Amino acid sequence: MNLLRRIVEWFDDRTGLVQLGKYLALHPVPRNVGWSYVFGSATLVALLIQIVTGIALATLYVPSSGQAYASLQYIATTAPWGSLLRGMHFFGGSAMILLVGLHAIRIFLSGSYKFPREMNWISGSILMMSTLGIGFTGQILRWDQTAFWSLVVGAEQAGRTPWFGDLVGRLLMGGDAIGGNTLNRFFALHVFVLPGLLLTVLCLHLYLVIRNGISEPPHPDRPVDPASYRQWYQRLLQRDGEPFWPHAVWRDAVFGTLVIAAIVILAVTVGAPEIGAPPDASLLDAHPRPDWYFMWYFAVLALLPHELEDIVILLAPVVAFLGLFLLPLVANRGDRHPRKRPWSLCFLVFILISIGALWIAGNRADWSPDFKAKALTPEVVGATSGPIARGGEIFSQRGCIFCHVISGHGGRRGPELSAVGNRLTSQQLTIRILNGGYNMPSYGSILKAGEVQDLVEFLQSRR
Amino acid sequence: MMREDENRQTPCDQGGCSRRRMLTLLSVALGGVGTLLAGVPIVGFLLGPVLRQQAEAWVDIGPVHRFAAGETVEVAFQDPRALPWAGTTGKAAAWLRRETDDRFTAFVVNCTHLGCPVRWEPEAKLFMCPCHGGVYYSNGQVAGGPPPKPLFRYQTRVANGQVQLKTRPMPIT
Repeated sequence: MNLLRRIVEWFDDRTGLVQLGKYLALHPVPRNVGWSYVFGSATLVALLIQIVTGIALATLYVPSSGQAYASLQYIATTAPWGSLLRGMHFFGGSAMILLVGLHAIRIFLSGSYKFPREMNWISGSILMMSTLGIGFTGQILRWDQTAFWSLVVGAEQAGRTPWFGDLVGRLLMGGDAIGGNTLNRFFALHVFVLPGLLLTVLCLHLYLVIRNGISEPPHPDRPVDPASYRQWYQRLLQRDGEPFWPHAVWRDAVFGTLVIAAIVILAVTVGAPEIGAPPDASLLDAHPRPDWYFMWYFAVLALLPHELEDIVILLAPVVAFLGLFLLPLVANRGDRHPRKRPWSLCFLVFILISIGALWIAGNRADWSPDFKAKALTPEVVGATSGPIARGGEIFSQRGCIFCHVISGHGGRRGPELSAVGNRLTSQQLTIRILNGGYNMPSYGSILKAGEVQDLVEFLQSRR
Repeated sequence: MMREDENRQTPCDQGGCSRRRMLTLLSVALGGVGTLLAGVPIVGFLLGPVLRQQAEAWVDIGPVHRFAAGETVEVAFQDPRALPWAGTTGKAAAWLRRETDDRFTAFVVNCTHLGCPVRWEPEAKLFMCPCHGGVYYSNGQVAGGPPPKPLFRYQTRVANGQVQLKTRPMPIT
C-alpha cells in the first residue's frame, strides 16, 4: 500500500491529474437539485455507448457502395452478437437524441441558460445540431433502398440552394449521381467530421459546466442579476453546497445505468430497423422515410405550400440555429422560474405539441398515394353488372383508388368519396373527372366517354 | 508580474517593438503558407469528383424487336462510368416507350419535385410518384401535385438493331 501511495503521489506531482480529479469529484454543487438534472450526463452516457458500439461495428462494416449492404447483412445475421450490436447502436442513437432534447427542455424551463451560463447553451446548441447530423448520416450508412432514395431527396433539397444548388447537390453525391463515391462521404462525415466537431465542443461544454457551476434550482423570488450573481452563487455553495461525488452524482449513476439497460433491452427485444432491399436505382418500388426523430420535419416539408418549399428548406435550419444561438444573448437576466415566465412556458408547450402533431402526420403520410390499395369488393360496389359495376371497376383499376377512399378502401391523398353522391351532382363529377384539379390529373384524354359515364354513375351511387 | 516580464524583453526604444511585430508577422504568414500548401490539394480532392465533368456514354438497352409499340416499360441498365466498387448503385433505370418503328422516348425515373422514383400505371396511363403524389401524363407533362417541371428525358437512338440511350447526370431541379 505504501508503494501504491508513492506511485500515486509521483504521478500527481508530475501531472497534477490526481489533484484535478479530486476537485472534479468533490467540488461543491447546489444541494438537492433533483432528478430533472440527470439528462445531461445521460446524454453523455448514450454518446459513450455510441462511440464504443460504433467502433465495434466499424471492425466489420465495409464502407464501400458495393459491399456495405453485404457487410451489414453479415453483421445482422452471422456475426456473433452482431445483431445485438446493431440494435444497441440504433437505440443508443435514438436515446441520445431523445435525451439531448430532454436536457435542452430542462435547461430552458429552469432558465439555466441565463447569466453566466450563456456559452453553455450556445455550445450545447452546436452539440445538439451535431447530434442530429450524426443521426442523419448514420441512417444513410444503412445503405439500403430507403437510404439511397433519402439521399436523392436530400441532394435535390440541397440543390434548391440559389446559384450553387447544382454544386451542393453534387458535392453531397460525390459526382453526377449516387455511386461509388457517395457512401464514403457520409462515412467520413458520420465517423470523423461530425464526431470530431462534437467531441471538441463537448470539451468546451464540460469545462464550462465546471467553471460556471451547476445552476441552482430556480426560485420565483430570485431573478438573475449579473452584477451580483457570481458572488451570491459562491456564497450559496460555501454555505449550503454538497460534494458532487457521491451526493449529487448518484442520481446520474442510477439514471445512466437505466439508460444503458434500456438500450440493451430494446436491442434484444425490438432490434435494429430491418435492412431493406439493396441500394439500387433500378428498383423503383421505394418509400423513403426518415428515422423517427426526423419524422416531424419530414411532415413539415410534405405539408408546405409548394411556393414556400425553397424558403423553408434553405432557411428553416438557419433560422432555428440562429434562434437557439441568440436566446441567451437576448434573455440572459431576470426571472428564471417558469412560473414567472409564462411566454417561455407557452412557447415550449407550443413547440412540443407542434412536433408531436407533425410526428403523427409524418407517420400517417396522407400525402402519399396508396399503391397497395385493394380493389373495391362487390359488396362495396353493390352491383355485379351494369354501369355501376363497370364504374366500380374503373375506379379500382384506373388509378382513382390510389388517392381516394371509398368505404375504407383506398389512399388518403385526395378527398374521401364514400358519400360523394350526396355532395356533387353528375355534372360536377363529370367536370372534375375530365378536367382534374390542383393535385389531380385530368382524365379527359385517358377515359373514353362511356367509361366516364359509368364512373360518374358509380360515384353518384355513393351515398 | 507583467511589468517584470516586459523588463526582461528588449524595451521598445531599443527596437523591441518592431522585432516583436516582425516575428509575429512571420509566424502568422508561415502558418498561412502551410495552410495553403496542405489545404489546396485537400479541397481540390474533396471537390474533384464534383467539378470534373464525365463524358456521357451510349448504353445498349436491348434489341429493338423486344419492345412493342405504344408500351411503356421499365428498363434497367448498368452505368458504364460507374466505379468498380459501386455495386448495385451503378445501376440505373428508365421508363422506355416505343413511339414508332425507330423512335423511342426514355424518361428519367426521378420525379422533378424531389427525386423519388415515379411508377408507370398502365391502366391509368399516368406516371405517379409515391412520395408526395406528383402525377404526370404519358408524355411526361405534369398532371397534378407538386412537381415543377415535366419528366426529364434521356436521348435515345437505334444503332445496330439495339435501342440505346445516352447517360446523363441525375437532374437536380
